[in-house]
Amino acid sequence: MFERIFAVMQKELRQLARDRVTFGMIVGIPLMQILLFGYAINFDVRGLRAAVVDEAGTSLSRALVGDLQATGVIVLQDPSPSVADLRRRIDSGELSVGIVIPADFERRRLQSDRAVVQLLVDGSEPMVDSVARGLASLPPPVRDGLYAPRTKFFEVYTEYNPERRTAVQVVPALIGVILNMTMVIFTAAAIVRERERGNLELLITTPIRSWELMAGKLLPYVFIGLLQTTLVLVVGMLLFDVPVNGSLLQFYLAAALFIAATLTLGLVISTLAATQLQAFQMAFVTLLPSILLSGFVFPFDGMPKPAQWIAQALPLTHFVEMIRGIVLRGAHLADLKVQAAKLAVFLAVALAIATRRFRKRLD
Amino acid sequence: MNGDAAIVARGLTRRFGRLVAVNGVNLEVPRARIFGFLGPNGSGKSTTIRMLCGLLEPSDGSVDVLGYRMPQDAEKLRSKLGYMTQRFSLWDDLTVLENLEFIAQVFGLPGHDRRRRIEETAGEYGLGPILRQRAGTLSGGQRQRLALAAATLHEPELLLLDEPTSAVDPQSRRDFWESLFALVHRGITILVSTHYMDEAERCHRLGILAEGRLVAEGVPQDLMHGIPAAVIEVEAVDTAGARRALAADPAVRSVAQLGLRLHALLDPDAASPAERVRGRLRSAGIEAQVEAVGASLEDVFVAATGFRDGLGPQGRPA
Repeated sequence: MFERIFAVMQKELRQLARDRVTFGMIVGIPLMQILLFGYAINFDVRGLRAAVVDEAGTSLSRALVGDLQATGVIVLQDPSPSVADLRRRIDSGELSVGIVIPADFERRRLQSDRAVVQLLVDGSEPMVDSVARGLASLPPPVRDGLYAPRTKFFEVYTEYNPERRTAVQVVPALIGVILNMTMVIFTAAAIVRERERGNLELLITTPIRSWELMAGKLLPYVFIGLLQTTLVLVVGMLLFDVPVNGSLLQFYLAAALFIAATLTLGLVISTLAATQLQAFQMAFVTLLPSILLSGFVFPFDGMPKPAQWIAQALPLTHFVEMIRGIVLRGAHLADLKVQAAKLAVFLAVALAIATRRFRKRLD
Repeated sequence: MNGDAAIVARGLTRRFGRLVAVNGVNLEVPRARIFGFLGPNGSGKSTTIRMLCGLLEPSDGSVDVLGYRMPQDAEKLRSKLGYMTQRFSLWDDLTVLENLEFIAQVFGLPGHDRRRRIEETAGEYGLGPILRQRAGTLSGGQRQRLALAAATLHEPELLLLDEPTSAVDPQSRRDFWESLFALVHRGITILVSTHYMDEAERCHRLGILAEGRLVAEGVPQDLMHGIPAAVIEVEAVDTAGARRALAADPAVRSVAQLGLRLHALLDPDAASPAERVRGRLRSAGIEAQVEAVGASLEDVFVAATGFRDGLGPQGRPA
């Protein structure tokens, strides 16, 4: 029994080592993604292109423009002669933010009931919109007596991530996204490929049992999944200073549970797909809702109810909660047993479906 | 029922939706013999073989293979059965040795046995020099030898070979058949499907399949002697004209061209068939040499598969 499982594992690993493209993807996909999400996808946006219409033209209005530039959030382009011109430049995509300083600027700045400066914001890009709105809440430059006193109503302190760095929020959950992507595709493809090439017809006339064949095919991918997990974590720690506040052992336990769940999802897909292309398509169908609904991108609590129900059926949702808990909040697995139980239920149901469907027959 | 039979099938039937791929096949394959399945593509050869090894469930009828009922007892049969699929189904990205090692492990051969059997079969099928070569880079003949080695590694009692020589040159086919006879001498039963007449002629027994039915079965020589038709060989310059003239005769069931000659199959009840053919051609003004000859296996095949080749004049059912 163990010998046959070992034989299948050995064969899988040999084939994998010779398949340079797949082998490259094992390391390439996580590396590419973490660099992409870590550097490019940055929620603290800086360097937005902006231009000013200064209808006041006083020394103070010029000083205000200078202060805004100094925040680094905007980079000033040539000023516009009129609001209409500013609008046109935003429409054309040349500018993300327009700053309108009205002619009565001097009068407004001494009154506390009216806004002093108007910001025109390109609302077509979600991040730009929210960042520009952040600009509006900037405290006015401190120049004694120049502006009416305004008191801060709320003060925000961001727990676990006081510097509000995106990488810290993204990297732990990214482990889940990467595993979800690679594990499902690799296993589904590994099994469907054998059916497509006719290997399975030979294999099922040998004494090997279905579960031995499945175990032998899945086990190598458990190691590969843990390898990818480690890779993303180490790169996250080294390049983006992601803290690991919880225990590493619990981190790996959670990862192993999630890997098992995604592997069985791949197994289910492999019993449904007739060709590798179909397997890829099905894997993609499960991947997109996982990324969008799991809470990785959009906050789970803000989603409409039906979306939340769908998200409950996706393993990534529960893993994102667990991994953020362990890595960032230093939570204990015991605090996360609800999520762990949901993952386990997914695993059991998927395994039952896969074993029911995978029989040693062609019909 | 014959206790010596390796395979006994009764009323074996397989339907795929509305298509009846195999239709009421009765079969008895004796042990330590080569049994051939002859038939065109789509005649149900592969489907029958897949039912024999438990890959497909019969829609109707029963099969016993080496005394095991298929497909219920399929798992018990596995270690006694060697199966060579129509398509090369070993792993292209593994070497010859790795493929053999994997198959040996899956069949549970213990370590020392495994090495001995791999060495033996590699020697027997000339795989020694290519052990370290990837299977994907082998020639058609080498692949086929590797597939046969893999199918016999665990010393099965029964070999099922599904069109094993379809992608192989004539010399490799000859060598392959020598290997099959060597296996039969050791007491192994072989069931092989083919669409080559010369291969079919080498089998101890032969079953001819057409559209899912077993239309003839027996020793090849008996089939040729007992053909239910008179075989007349016609040698003419104007073969097309001769063919037309013969097709007009209601006693002529089929006309097939073999090089410059025609083989006409006539109703066995037709009196003096050679004379009849000669008369037909003379009245059509065609000069020809006409002679009654013994049937070839091809004639048997044509007669058994319903005279579709060369179409009878009354448009007999194809």
